[in-house]
Amino acid sequence: MYDFAYHRPKSVADAVALLKGKEEARPMSGGMTLIPTLKQRLARPSDVVDLGGIKELAGIKVEGNNVVIGGMTRHYDVASSADVKAQIPALASLAGHIGDPAVRNRGTMGGSVANNDPAADYPAAVVALNATVTTTTGKHTADDFFKGLFETALGEGELITSISFPKAEKAAYVKFPNPASRYAMVGVFVAKTASGVRVAVTGAGPCVFRVKAMEDALAKNFSSAAIKDIKVPADDLNNDIHGSAEYRAHLVGVMARRAVDAANK
Amino acid sequence: MTAETGIGARVKRKEDQRFLTGTGRYVDDLPLARATYAYFLRSPHAHAKIKSIDVSAAKSMPGVVEIFTGKDIADAKVGGLICGWVVKDKHGEPHKAPPHPVMALDTVRYVGDTVAMVVAGSHDEAKDAAEAIHVDYDVKPANVDLARAFDKGVPEVHAAEAPGNLIYDWEIGVKADVEAAFAKAAHVTRMDIVNNRLIPNAMEPRAAAAEYDKGTGNYTLWSTSQNPHVLRLILSAFVLGIPEHKLRVIAPDVGGGFGSKIFCYNEETMVCWAASRVGRPIKWTAERAESFMTDAHGRDHVTHAELALDKDHKFLALKVETIANMGAYLSTFSTAVPTYLYATLLAGQYTTPVIYANVKAALTHTAPVDAYRGAGRPEATFVIESIVSKAAAELKVDPAELRRKNFIPSDAFPYQTPVALQYDSGNYPPIIDEAIKIADYKGFESRRAEAKSRGKLRGIGFSSYIEACGLGPSRVIGQLGGGVGQWESAQIKFNPTGNVQVLTGAHSHGQSHETTFAQLVSDKLGIPIETVEVIHGDTATTPFGMGSYGSRSLAVGGSAIMKAADKIIAKGKKIAAHLMEASVADVVFENGNFKVAGTDKTVPLGAAVFAAYVPHNYPLEELEPGMDENAFYDPSNFVYPAGTQICEVEIDPDTGVVEVVNHTAVDDFGNIINPMIVEGQVHGGIVQGVGQALLENAVYDKETGQLLSGSYMDYTMPRADDVPSFKLGNTVTPCPHNPLGVKGCGEAGAIAAPAAVMNAVHDALAPLGVTHVPMPATPLTVWQLIQSAPRAAAG
Ligand SMILES: Cc1cc2nc3c(=O)[nH]c(=O)nc-3n(C[C@H](O)[C@H](O)[C@H](O)COP(=O)(O)OP(=O)(O)OC[C@H]3O[C@@H](n4cnc5c(N)ncnc54)[C@H](O)[C@@H]3O)c2cc1C
Repeated sequence: MYDFAYHRPKSVADAVALLKGKEEARPMSGGMTLIPTLKQRLARPSDVVDLGGIKELAGIKVEGNNVVIGGMTRHYDVASSADVKAQIPALASLAGHIGDPAVRNRGTMGGSVANNDPAADYPAAVVALNATVTTTTGKHTADDFFKGLFETALGEGELITSISFPKAEKAAYVKFPNPASRYAMVGVFVAKTASGVRVAVTGAGPCVFRVKAMEDALAKNFSSAAIKDIKVPADDLNNDIHGSAEYRAHLVGVMARRAVDAANK
Repeated sequence: MTAETGIGARVKRKEDQRFLTGTGRYVDDLPLARATYAYFLRSPHAHAKIKSIDVSAAKSMPGVVEIFTGKDIADAKVGGLICGWVVKDKHGEPHKAPPHPVMALDTVRYVGDTVAMVVAGSHDEAKDAAEAIHVDYDVKPANVDLARAFDKGVPEVHAAEAPGNLIYDWEIGVKADVEAAFAKAAHVTRMDIVNNRLIPNAMEPRAAAAEYDKGTGNYTLWSTSQNPHVLRLILSAFVLGIPEHKLRVIAPDVGGGFGSKIFCYNEETMVCWAASRVGRPIKWTAERAESFMTDAHGRDHVTHAELALDKDHKFLALKVETIANMGAYLSTFSTAVPTYLYATLLAGQYTTPVIYANVKAALTHTAPVDAYRGAGRPEATFVIESIVSKAAAELKVDPAELRRKNFIPSDAFPYQTPVALQYDSGNYPPIIDEAIKIADYKGFESRRAEAKSRGKLRGIGFSSYIEACGLGPSRVIGQLGGGVGQWESAQIKFNPTGNVQVLTGAHSHGQSHETTFAQLVSDKLGIPIETVEVIHGDTATTPFGMGSYGSRSLAVGGSAIMKAADKIIAKGKKIAAHLMEASVADVVFENGNFKVAGTDKTVPLGAAVFAAYVPHNYPLEELEPGMDENAFYDPSNFVYPAGTQICEVEIDPDTGVVEVVNHTAVDDFGNIINPMIVEGQVHGGIVQGVGQALLENAVYDKETGQLLSGSYMDYTMPRADDVPSFKLGNTVTPCPHNPLGVKGCGEAGAIAAPAAVMNAVHDALAPLGVTHVPMPATPLTVWQLIQSAPRAAAG
């Protein structure tokens, strides 16, 4: 990796101050994406601001009908949280299937959502549950947050501080892992919350997306039979050595039906 | 003591104490004072002319000690890397041998080809400088497609030395006899097979470190080698010209090889060569991406096979045509793998009276291809066992029955096959019987029906393999073109206080020699296993030996140890006879004690050893002092382990996912020294075989020649949850020609498993009318086949 200056602030305010005015400062949460990127010399930050020392960023709280998860909260803590398991078991289960134990003990909610890897699991949960992303400058709705391939609404120096997930009446996430990386080749999160039914797909396209036709059908009849004939067009989906666009389009249907069945269990 | 630690005991691995507590010593762990670090600049192109290399900016970067390019190597008259096995083509001509420079001079021929070596004060400084080297490439069209390698107009890899990309056109068997047999056949089964390309992925990447002692002129090279003596021999005699006695090669703890660390590679050669020029030690450890790009890959065949059967379903003849990928350069043993380690195995366990195989070796713009766990034998087994199962399906007969009908009868050994090998021993029917029992083959149809009720397609597959290993009888190897002997050495060196060092020319990089060999010596000499230390891997301390590959360590290396132990006992008898004032002829050796038959006189081995080192009362006139014996053992034949694996899979027709739900392996490895270690070898082998069948695939982009499966993001390694708990069994037909009666077990699992798995996949998909599934049967591939299947998966 290239040389950089390393900082470990104790507060969000200090972190924001450190990120400001540097030519290329990068925040770091668990480093699970950032460190491999540095080691492969794909990034050359002037400064790395480690958020790991900021106590206020980690933790899980229930606030009314929402579960609020701090940006620095590790996947392991989400997966094993009694609150998450009670309020949104699908989210705990999703977190418990990210990567391997080492990754789950280092990787974070904020880092994963900020990175917006097209194959990451959390974005599907954020969108399907209609979560709100709170940052150092304000709040983003889920639909406005994910912009495209590795692209989000985050501005320069803006940090994710927490994400607020509304409690779901019914929800499930079913993932078809990429055989090699075990990231999502197709992951479908289906949720029925106060704001209605949402179906969010990750892994299949360049960015998480919703399947409106399925949402409408499920709003009328929340059963897998209701969506069995709904096909997702393959046109804009990813195509690689593990899965053609057509295969991914097909898997969206299969995973969505399985997710609905799981949510109904 | 021997019951718990002797031959046949499940002794826990002695080496695990250090491996599991993080106290192993690997090449990268070496502390070398004033060390420098090497980094290799590699070609980003599959094929290009190097117009110029400008290192001037890089040379002035911080920490840079030296930068070498192909021109420096050529100017220093460093030899090229060699291919150590001369295969003669069907006209008797030796194979084409294009040059294999340790650093590209004016042309790069695959992505990862070595272009420059930067030596700097740290790894990062070396890498920084490598980025500042400017190489002007003239990019040329490349070919990575094996099936097209000989087509007209396809880019040539070494146009001058190997026109048309052909390394050899080789054959075995009499074509006319085979054609005649086919003419009389009642049924012919035909098959096109691609044996997928694999990347070895040892847990420890390749590494090298070298130090030059200016005072003595001695070089020391630490390398992740499976055969340090052979590496030294190659470097001394062919590449660097450093005399063997001035070059010490040490292969310390090595974290897996699977064949890929047999070969002599560019990087270790360069590190050793440059150590004297730089005047400081040099260290290099491959990054994982470099391992993917530059470790010799495995398999990669395109084959057409035909099997002729008579009306009673007896095999009449087998005809095989194979194109084997060599990559861009010939690696150390590459030429032998698809010929003498492949086509000579095509009889399998069967009496097929005539066999003809034609193998053409091709160059492509890809990494070199060489031996990988099983080396040739998995390819042969896959051909035979796939086509036999296909024939059974076509003829609508039970695949186990068809195999049984064609097995070499148990009373026909030694058995001369039509493809050169003579099987020394074997007894195949009890193996398949045992496998069928363990796998509950009878209950399969009800399991299939139950799976169907859950919407799953269940299938079962057999694979009955034979392999020739325990490489090997040197005379035969020589007749076939091998450039080395294949014996093994051992030295048993007692210390005055009675503990013992066993030095072996074999090398352990996961095979557990420190345990198995200690068990042998402890059992044979009747001494506690804790007093036996097995030492390997250092050319300065161990006798010259050939290293470990081809499941040879126990059958050949263990036999050498037995011979040395016999010499210890023979000498001990003379000493004991003297001490007991008895005649040598009356002395017997039992459980660690010399005794005079019919008396209560006894001399423990330890006392004889002590007398040999402190020879105050000792027959010095007739006998040398000391207790230190060595032996060399050259086997009279290969050994021929055999077995049957039965795999059961379930396929999810909605996703194409294949799940291995049951896997049984019954092997005949002859006598077994440590069943736990043998089971571990079988487990690992099966997992690699399942990996080849379902998961692993090295993919180069056909347009750009880039390695698309160049990291764990895209190359699918088998994981623990990809396989069920294996069901193992064994039968014992001792090897008749080695003192232990042992056969090899290191490769068997990987040899048999791919066909077992793929036959199960075919069986599962047969109801849909799917007739051919290529390896690896990934979810995408299987789903696509189901989509285009003649019959729907519904129901
Ligand atoms: C082997 C492996 C397997 C994996 N498998 C999966 C998988 O199956 N599914 C899956 O979803 N993911 C997977 N991951 C990714 C993992 O979930 C991590 O969460 C992800 O890599 C992000 O890592 P991190 O949280 O440590 O963030 P970092 O690596 O520290 O940061 C990631 C990016 O986000 C930025 N960033 C970090 N924190 C913030 C913040 N609070 N605000 C704004 N920007 C921020 C950083 O600057 C960086 O650009 C895997 C990773 C590995 C290494």
